[in-house]
Amino acid sequence: MADTRPAPRVGLFVTCLVDVYRPTVGFAAVKLLEDAGCTVEVPASQTCCGQPAFNAGDRATARDLARSTIAAFEGFDHVVVPSGSCAGQIRKHYPELLADDPAWAARAQHLSARTHELVSFLTDVLGVTDTGARYDGTITYHDSCSGLRELGVKEQPRRLLAKVEGLTLNELPGAEVCCGFGGTFCVKYPDISNRMVEAKTADIAGTKADTLLAGDMGCLLNMAGKLKREGSAVRVRHVAEVLAGVTDTPPIGEPIKSGRA
Amino acid sequence: MQPTTHAFPENARKALSDERLQKVLAIAPAGFVNRRKQAADRLPEFEALRDQGRDLKNHVLANLDTYLEAFEGKVTEQGGHVHWCRTDQEARDAILGICRKVGAKTVTKGKSMISEEIGINDHLEANGLTPIETDLGEYIIQLRREPPSHIIAPAFHLSKADVEGTFRQAHTDLPADRVLDEPKVLIAEARQVLRRKFQQADVGITGANIMVAETGSTVIVTNEGNGDLTQILPRVHVVIATIDKVVPTLEDAALVLRLLARSATGQEASAYTTFSTGPRRPGDLDGPEEFHVVLLDNGRSALLGTEFQDVLRCIRCGACMNHCPVYGAVGGHAYGWVYPGPIGSVMQPALLGVKEAGHLPNASTFCGRCEAVCPMRIPLPKMMRHWREKEFEQNLQPAAMSRGLALWGWFARRPALYHAATKMAARALGMLGRGKGRFARLPLAQGWTRHRDMPAPEGRTFQQMWAEKKAAEKKGTR
Ligand code: SF4
Repeated sequence: MADTRPAPRVGLFVTCLVDVYRPTVGFAAVKLLEDAGCTVEVPASQTCCGQPAFNAGDRATARDLARSTIAAFEGFDHVVVPSGSCAGQIRKHYPELLADDPAWAARAQHLSARTHELVSFLTDVLGVTDTGARYDGTITYHDSCSGLRELGVKEQPRRLLAKVEGLTLNELPGAEVCCGFGGTFCVKYPDISNRMVEAKTADIAGTKADTLLAGDMGCLLNMAGKLKREGSAVRVRHVAEVLAGVTDTPPIGEPIKSGRA
Repeated sequence: MQPTTHAFPENARKALSDERLQKVLAIAPAGFVNRRKQAADRLPEFEALRDQGRDLKNHVLANLDTYLEAFEGKVTEQGGHVHWCRTDQEARDAILGICRKVGAKTVTKGKSMISEEIGINDHLEANGLTPIETDLGEYIIQLRREPPSHIIAPAFHLSKADVEGTFRQAHTDLPADRVLDEPKVLIAEARQVLRRKFQQADVGITGANIMVAETGSTVIVTNEGNGDLTQILPRVHVVIATIDKVVPTLEDAALVLRLLARSATGQEASAYTTFSTGPRRPGDLDGPEEFHVVLLDNGRSALLGTEFQDVLRCIRCGACMNHCPVYGAVGGHAYGWVYPGPIGSVMQPALLGVKEAGHLPNASTFCGRCEAVCPMRIPLPKMMRHWREKEFEQNLQPAAMSRGLALWGWFARRPALYHAATKMAARALGMLGRGKGRFARLPLAQGWTRHRDMPAPEGRTFQQMWAEKKAAEKKGTR
């Protein structure tokens, strides 16, 4: 019997890094969501979830941005984010940020309850078990901190990756250890950040994987930047690109060959 | 100890280029991490115990005055004395006063972070007394005149070879050609030297992992047994502890002990757990003639009722630093004072002020591993963020960073302008970077490009491409 329920209406929160650095991830997310039967919309009034301000101790700006994000995403069945860190900000921190604001507390709770990190949304909410993609290569996977520890994203990407044809997963030792990005941390304390990402790229090299995947652009830019500086041939991609089979864009930090810009 | 916390970035750089230290840091924390995990996995109710631990301490903190007075009552009832001290100075004076009264010359000491916090050794020395650390790690760093680098393993930063060198320099009365190549031999030598000192001591100072209100007992845990000798052999036993260490009952103490050993060393219980209740009673075979508890506040009560109250649940197990990637990179001394790691990044601003210790809560990626393992479920990253808020309010963040963030915040509040600006930035960076796919150097981003390349953006923003796609679809369906 055909499913007669209306398609879930999903608002995509693009995140600032995907928006500016890697639109491919946004389109991969849209494809994954549409393939799973969702209608996807992208409110133009979204900017940033406000995490940089929140973590810099600037609560006023963080609250402002939380309010405008809440307003931008009112009315969707779900809000989906291709980042554990930004999803965590909305899910875990918006309610706390606006708890004492009578006009917004309930709206923050409401958005929090409907917001999901992309991969866990596919598996846990939509019940997707196979995205039908193919990727010829050996990958390793880094668990980004917020997704892992704030949202419990751990098995979900691995379950979907296991179904990707041609793909082998070599687990990364210390996959749960921070890569050293940490937002402004990496520029405020560059030497410490460097020691952390160095340890990470050494572990990545040890896996013999040809591709590194993760679910957060910040960590990906950090690890890709270090791998490229070290002259590594490891290709770096957001997990959504591989799951959606959208791999015609060069890996992160590799030259753009086609004349798309 | 004069804090050097304000110089954290320089301290960190020094630590990062110290090859000897880096070798130690490359292996040591992993041992703690694995043992804690095994211990936690072996105990099915471990997570439930953590909840109970959190609830217990929350209850205590809400009724702190009641339990402290009950504790004092029981100590006094048993012939002991409680000295209430508001500041480190008062605590130093109280301890020196006790020592003077009994004419003490030599003082043995069990491991105690509070004694580090109040700098008691220097104070006693300056007043003509000889303090002797009896915990092996503390003894080693005392010989080296170094502060501890870890709250449960004070000599964490040292290798076996470092210790050997220290002993050879200090124990000159022993044969120079003796073999000192194994930890076992080193420990035996320390024992032999310390044994003599235990006999000479007039006063023994220990910390307290727990104070029990219903019995007036103080509790210490050690793996060397040095604490027992410190508090049993001298005539006078002085316990130095902060007010947050009290629990209502022995039952509660057992809960803390179960969490503490597993989180700290992965043991089910420490080798020695010692309860001290008052001075020696008639008929007792041993024990001190006098029992004193120096009960210190030093800024703790000021945290009650604030966003930092939860940090007072800490049982000083060290798990947060063992799991911290920043501690793992720079070690404990870089933190510049008594408490390193995530707990230090929350406590030091409270004890030293944000001006001195402001770097610490900023030097975190908020990776959350500390909170994930803290037996008392202290939301350490959240508290570091609260310190950042204090710094922001006082305008203490680096100016360039604040200006950058303020500008970004201004744009982010104005979606149309924001999208126009990001579109331009993506286009410019995309065009400049497309040849290589990355930048080896970027103006305004040296912090990033000093150590890594900056991947180039694709060239157009998602919002821009999405709008074009939607416009094209609209046209197509018309
Ligand atoms: S903050 Fe938690 S993990 Fe760190 S020392 Fe205290 S109790 Fe242990």
